[in-house]
Amino acid sequence: MSILGNRVLRKEDPRFLRGEGRYVENLPLEGACQVTFVRSLLGHARIGGVDASAARALPGVQVFTADDVDIPTYGPPPFPGLDAGMGRPPVARDVVRFVGEILAVVVSDDRATGADAAELVAVDYDPLPTVVDPREAAKDEVLLFPDSGTNVAARSGSPEHDENLFADCEAVVSGTLNSQRMAPCPLEPRSVAAEVGADGRVTAWLSTQTPHQDKMVLCGMLGLDPAQVRVVAPDVGGGFGAKMLNVEDLLVVWVARKLGRPARWTESRSESMIGLPHGRAERLDYTIGGTRDGKVLALKLDALQDSGAYPTLGAFLPNLTALMSSGVYDIPKIEFEGRSVVTNTTTISAFRGAGRPEASQVVERALDDFSVEIGMDPAEVRRRNFIPKDAFPHTTVTHAPYDSGDYEGALDLALRAAGYEDLRAEQKRRRDAGDATQLGIGISTYVEITNGVDETEFGEVEITADGGAIVRTGSFSHGQGHETTFAMIAAERLGLPLDKVTVHKGDTDEIPSGTGTYGSKSTQIGGSAARVAADTVVEQAKKLVGDYLETSPEDIVLDQAQGLLHVAGAPSKALSWGELATRAAEDGRMDELKATEEYKAAPTFPFGAHIAVVDVDTETGRVELSRLVAVDDAGTIINPLIAEGQVHGGIATGAAQALYETMVYDDDGTPLTGTFLGYGFPSAAELPSWELADQETPTPRNVLGAKGIGESGTIGATPAVHNAVVDALAHLGVRHVEMPANGENVWRALQEAKA
Amino acid sequence: MTKVAVTVNGTRHEADVEPRTLLVYFLRNELGLQGTNVGCDTSSCGACTVLLDGESVKSCTVLAVQADGCEVTTVEGLAQGEELHPVQQAFHEQHALQCGYCTPGFVMAAVSLLKENPNPTEEEIRLGLEGNLCRCTGYHNIVRAVQAAAKAGA
Repeated sequence: MSILGNRVLRKEDPRFLRGEGRYVENLPLEGACQVTFVRSLLGHARIGGVDASAARALPGVQVFTADDVDIPTYGPPPFPGLDAGMGRPPVARDVVRFVGEILAVVVSDDRATGADAAELVAVDYDPLPTVVDPREAAKDEVLLFPDSGTNVAARSGSPEHDENLFADCEAVVSGTLNSQRMAPCPLEPRSVAAEVGADGRVTAWLSTQTPHQDKMVLCGMLGLDPAQVRVVAPDVGGGFGAKMLNVEDLLVVWVARKLGRPARWTESRSESMIGLPHGRAERLDYTIGGTRDGKVLALKLDALQDSGAYPTLGAFLPNLTALMSSGVYDIPKIEFEGRSVVTNTTTISAFRGAGRPEASQVVERALDDFSVEIGMDPAEVRRRNFIPKDAFPHTTVTHAPYDSGDYEGALDLALRAAGYEDLRAEQKRRRDAGDATQLGIGISTYVEITNGVDETEFGEVEITADGGAIVRTGSFSHGQGHETTFAMIAAERLGLPLDKVTVHKGDTDEIPSGTGTYGSKSTQIGGSAARVAADTVVEQAKKLVGDYLETSPEDIVLDQAQGLLHVAGAPSKALSWGELATRAAEDGRMDELKATEEYKAAPTFPFGAHIAVVDVDTETGRVELSRLVAVDDAGTIINPLIAEGQVHGGIATGAAQALYETMVYDDDGTPLTGTFLGYGFPSAAELPSWELADQETPTPRNVLGAKGIGESGTIGATPAVHNAVVDALAHLGVRHVEMPANGENVWRALQEAKA
Repeated sequence: MTKVAVTVNGTRHEADVEPRTLLVYFLRNELGLQGTNVGCDTSSCGACTVLLDGESVKSCTVLAVQADGCEVTTVEGLAQGEELHPVQQAFHEQHALQCGYCTPGFVMAAVSLLKENPNPTEEEIRLGLEGNLCRCTGYHNIVRAVQAAAKAGA
C-alpha cells in the first residue's frame, strides 16, 4: 500500500519538541561582532547629518553611515512598469521616507553595548510633510521621490473603459473593499550571521524562505562572484512571504567583509514590526452588475495599492489581483485598473496569499452586495454564476488559465457540513425576536493561483551507501514539513521505508539551484522534481541490477512494497537497495544511483468554499467567530495531516484579517501598532476550532496531481468571516463594515446605518 | 555583577550576572540552553515560557536575579532520554507544531496548564494558553494536543 495520502507524523518534529531547533540565532559563531541598526524615528525628513562621535567613544564600537557603506541602491525589482528611480539606499543618506529606515550601522562586541551606542547616535532631522494614506499619495501633493514627479510607482490593468459595461444590467451596486495593511509576524524574528573564511569565501546564514535567490541578490549587490558565496538557511521560524533578502542581510554581510570578523544581527520584535515588509494594503472600489435573477454580467475594479516607501513586490501584486478577479465565476466582462503608490510607511511585500486574497475579498464582498441588492440567497447567486465542473480547462476573461475545478461541489459540501438551512432558520428566529446578539452567516467560494509564473524547481535523489536515500531540494521549508512530505514522495517511488529517506535543503553549497518557498508551489514543483528524480534513479538502478544479475534492464522490476529490484517473474533473483549500494560502491558506480531533475510546471488553481458563523452584539459591536467550515480542494494530497495543518493556520490568519489585525500609522507616519501589545495578533482564546471537509480534484499540470495548499485557508477565510459580519447586520440596513470588523468598526457601521 | 544560584532541569548552576540580565538570556547565553526562544519584547508571545518553581513564567519578563534560589524547568528538561514527555508526544502526534519556534513555549505552558487543571475543557485550554502566540497552526492542533495529553494523564 502506498504511503502517499496517509497521515504520516513529521520527521522534523523531535528536534523542535526537544528545544533543538537550529535557528540562526542558535548558531555558535566565535568572536562575532553584533550589528545594531539606527533607524529613523520620523516618517519623512531631510537628514542634515548623522553624528556618531559619542557612540564611537564607547569601547569596541564602530559606526558606519551612508558615507561609509558602498552598497548600491537596493531595488526596485525589475518588474515591468515599476519606477526604477524609487530604489532604497541600504543606509539613508539625504532623506528618510519611513519610520524604521536605516540611518547608521553600529558594530559592537555585545548586544547591550550596541543598543547603548545606537541611542548615542545623533541624527539631525529636518521634517518634511508626510503622506500615509494612499488616496492622499495619489494626489501627488507630497512627493516621496521628487525626481519621479509622481508617487505612482506602477500601474496595472487598463485605463480604458467601456461606457456600456453595465448597460445590460438590471441591478448595479458599488462599494469599497479595503484589504488593510497587515504585519506578517513570523514568530522567529529575522536573524543573520555572516563570516568570511580564510579562503575569502563568504558564508551567510539567513532566516529566509529563498536561500538560492538571496545568494544571487547578495552577489549582485555586493559585487561578489557566486562561487565565493554560500548561503545557508537552517531552521526558519516561519516566513509567511516576508522573509526574503532585504537590506539588513546585505549590511550584516557587508560588515563581516569590511571588518574581516564574523558579524551577526537578530532583530527585536519592535524592530521586526517596522523593518520586515508588511502585506496587503490594497484598496479596491468595485461595481458589479447583473440580472435580477442572479446572473452577474459585469464587474469593474479600481485598485489602489499602497507600496510603502520603497516599492518592491507589493507594488506589483495588483497584477495578481487583476488576474484572479473573475474568481470562481463565469463573468462575461471585467475591467480592472490599478495604481500602486508610495507612502511614508514600511514597504509592502508578499504576505500569505499576496495579491490573491485581495481578489477573493473584493469579488466575494461584491457578490454578497449584489445578492442583497436583488434579494437572493448568496449561496444561490454563487451557484448561478459558477464556472461549471465540465468547463475545464477554462480561461477567464482576465486570462487566468484554470486547470480543474468543481466549485459547486465544494460549496455543496460546505453547506451540508455547516447545516446551512438550520443556520438560516436560527438567524431568522433571532431577527424576528430582535435579539441583541444577531447571527451572521458568511460564504466565500474562492479560487487562487499557485506556482503562478511556471517556475522550475531542482530535485535530486541519491542512494546512500547504506541503501537509504537523500532527497535534495531547491525548495525550502520554514514550517511546511518538506522533510516529511518530500521523503514520502521519494520513499514511495523507491520502495524504501520513510526512515531511510532524508531530505536536505537550504544550503547553496550542497544544492546547486533552487527557488525556495513562496506562493504555495513547493509540492507541485519541488515534490514533483523529487518524484521524477526518484523514478530516474529507479531506471538507472535497473541497468545496474541488470549488469549484476546478468539480465537485460528491461527485465528488472522494482517491488515497491519490499524495496527489492528483481528479475520479472523471478522474485528470488533480487537485490535490495542496500545490497545494490554495497556492490555499486565496490565498483565505483554509485554515481549511477543518483539523478537530478529541474521540474517545470504550469500554474495550478486551488479552490474551495468557506462558511463562517459569527455572533454580533448589536449594542457594543463585539463580534465572536463561532464556527468556520472549510472545504479547500488542492488536488491530490500527499500528507493530509500536514495539508490540514496548513489550512488551519491559513484560516486563522484569514480570520485575523477579517476581525482583528491592522497595522495603523498616525498622520505623521508613526506606527501605532508596532509591538505585539498594540497589534491584534489573535491567541487561541479568540478563535474556534476549524471544521474541515475533504474534496480532492487533481490537476493535470504536474505528475503528482497536486495544487498548492499553503495560502488557501487565508484566501478563503477572510471574505467568509467578513461577509458573515455584514450578513448579521444586513436586516438593520448595514451594507458595509470596514476590516478588521472589530467592535469599533462594527459599532460605527451600525451608527451609520441608523443615521 | 550579582551572584545567582539557580537549579535548571535538576542541575544547580552558580554564576555572576549583570543585574539587568533577563532569565531567558541567562538560560540561553550563560547555560547554553537555546531551546527557549525569544519572540517579542513585550511579554506577549510566550515563546520564552519556562517553569519557575513549577509555575509557568515568561522568562523574558523575569530577571535572572529573581530566579536566585529557584528551580527552573526548560523544554530541554522534559524528555526522559529518548522518551518524550507526554505533552511533547501529544504535540508530535497531533501535528501541533509547524515552524517550531513557538513550540517550546507552548509545550511548557501546556505542562503548567495541565498541572493546574488535569481535565480542561476546550474553552479552558484556549483561555489557559492565551499568553502564547502561534502564527502557523491556527491553534487547532495545539488544542487537540493538550486534550490528548490530558487524556493520557500528562
